[in-house]
Amino acid sequence: MSAARKKKTNAEDYLRMYRQMVRIRAFEDRANQLYLSAKMPGLTHMYSGQEAVAVGICEALTATDRITSTHRGHGHCVAKGANFKEMFCELLGKEEGYCRGKGGSMHIADQSNGNLGANAIVGGSMGIATGAALSAKRLGTDDVAVCFFGDGATAQGLWYEVMNMAALWGLPVIYACENNGYSEYTKTDEIAAGSLTARAEAFGIEAHVVDGQDVLAVNDLTQKLVARARKGEGPFFIQLDTYRYHGHHVGDINREYYRSKDEEALWKSERDPIVNFGKWLVDQGISSSDDLDKVKSEVETDADAAVAYAEAAPYPDTREVDMHVYAPSAA
Amino acid sequence: MREITLSKAVNEAIAEEMRRDETIFLLGEDVAEAGTPFKVLSGLVEEFGTERVIDTPISEPGFTGIAVGAALTGSRPIVDLMFGDFLFLIMDQLCNQAAKAYYMSGGKLNVPMVLRTNLGATRRSAAQHSQSLHALVAHIPGLKVALPSSAYEAKGLMKTAIRDNNPVVIFEDKLMYQDKAPVPEEEYLIPFGEANVKRQGKDITLIGTSSMVQVAEAAAEALAKEGIEAEVIDPRTIVPLDEETLLRSVKKTSRAIVIDEGHQSYGITGEIASRLNEKAFYHLDAPVVRMGAMDVPVPFSPALEDLTVPTVEKVTAMARRLVAGEMIHAA
Repeated sequence: MSAARKKKTNAEDYLRMYRQMVRIRAFEDRANQLYLSAKMPGLTHMYSGQEAVAVGICEALTATDRITSTHRGHGHCVAKGANFKEMFCELLGKEEGYCRGKGGSMHIADQSNGNLGANAIVGGSMGIATGAALSAKRLGTDDVAVCFFGDGATAQGLWYEVMNMAALWGLPVIYACENNGYSEYTKTDEIAAGSLTARAEAFGIEAHVVDGQDVLAVNDLTQKLVARARKGEGPFFIQLDTYRYHGHHVGDINREYYRSKDEEALWKSERDPIVNFGKWLVDQGISSSDDLDKVKSEVETDADAAVAYAEAAPYPDTREVDMHVYAPSAA
Repeated sequence: MREITLSKAVNEAIAEEMRRDETIFLLGEDVAEAGTPFKVLSGLVEEFGTERVIDTPISEPGFTGIAVGAALTGSRPIVDLMFGDFLFLIMDQLCNQAAKAYYMSGGKLNVPMVLRTNLGATRRSAAQHSQSLHALVAHIPGLKVALPSSAYEAKGLMKTAIRDNNPVVIFEDKLMYQDKAPVPEEEYLIPFGEANVKRQGKDITLIGTSSMVQVAEAAAEALAKEGIEAEVIDPRTIVPLDEETLLRSVKKTSRAIVIDEGHQSYGITGEIASRLNEKAFYHLDAPVVRMGAMDVPVPFSPALEDLTVPTVEKVTAMARRLVAGEMIHAA
């Protein structure tokens, strides 16, 4: 755990970060159960294991700062301020979902909190995040855009096009690469030549590598970069080394052909971002293990209630099927 | 009334809208000092500066994605795609991102963006700079598609496109930039989804798009000399399509030819013909005939290229046969 952040005065921030990470884990555990019990339509991609990335970054942002998210986007959505109820409703295709059931897991977003959407095209949001940063700069807001993407997306050409423009135009965008080591069902080492940071640096973009299991390290770095991006010093690149506890998606169960059980067990037992942060909070006297258990049980009660609510909630009226194809226009 | 070129009409429309609304900006390759290879945007950078008339690298997916992101966050970008053929480069950003954001977000995010590009063969530019690909984007729900047939339409449709709250793709015929037409000094807009009956007739309906409106009008002129009265209709936008005006005409004339410069197979001509067959079948005295471009890559040699597009002679001959009651498509 990073030694830099030990001030007890930040207790409130720390506990909020802890709670947010616990909320993501609780959400994902229930999403997985909904899939396994055949209550959820389609598939979903679990964020469990990567909580420190979304929380560390989003806790450094304001509600008007923009993010773009990925197919593995529940964590970003929670961390950017979304509620369980609307999220579970969306997962189950219900009318009260954030996208009225039209997006589902892969497009989930609480748009009112600056989330421009989860994107099911790998790397598909890199232009969108960069454009949000261009808008912010042109319109004179001091908003920053964070583009979340996985290591697999670094193989998309779009990234290199938009990094070039972001660097040329000094845009307030942070490219946050969650390097969980696997590009779908393939080790990233097998698909990525050279180093990821060098790719950003080739455009003159300042690049950082941070332990993505350490929420304080992530938050600390992001706070600094966000402040600098607001002053016009962007863009930036962060490689966040992390780990995906589940397979590529919930149905990817038998995965030993590309990833060993020992490796998974090691990350879970030694490097879990929630367990380790909890230990640190107790060691520093910021919280007690009883209090942390209380946080967990509160979150789990909330999550269970939200699942029950979503299961009972109505589907959209069939008349909605051709609504929202075109936005109304005044002209 | 004064006459101006189609090029000048587009330029005026964009300049007027940019004066009216600060959130509008232009981006694309060589749009600023160069004013595009066709010089359509000349002078805009002098008035609006490089902050609003932005030259990009040759990165079509990148700058289209940036425009989508800007449109999602309070800007109204106009993207300049130098040749319609480059649509293939930007399909993900246009069709997976821009077209779907409103629907996938349940109506919470929208993309007020204009993509202006071109179509049209016979410029001796060969297969990668001569295609008419509007059917490709017209196929995707969420996009609107406008096809101006003269300077008058180019200005009025462009202004409507800029004020529309959805992604709109405008295809200008690159051979018509220097064609002049009467354009009022005072402001006007042409609403989407309103076809223009260019000429009244009772014997056959000629539905033409873009420069094929000129072909239809010239054919109608030739047919008039033979005593055949052709009605000429320009749909002006193919999404939305003014089906009502087309059906009204065909029910009156009982015959129709649909003329469009896209490839004939799986294209606009087939779509319109099919709608007329479905909804006016018992009013028809002859099959509705499609006249699109030949299903070949556009050849370079003038001796070959001229064979690939609908011409006044071909349309006139076909109309004559339809009116005479010949079995056009008998095996």
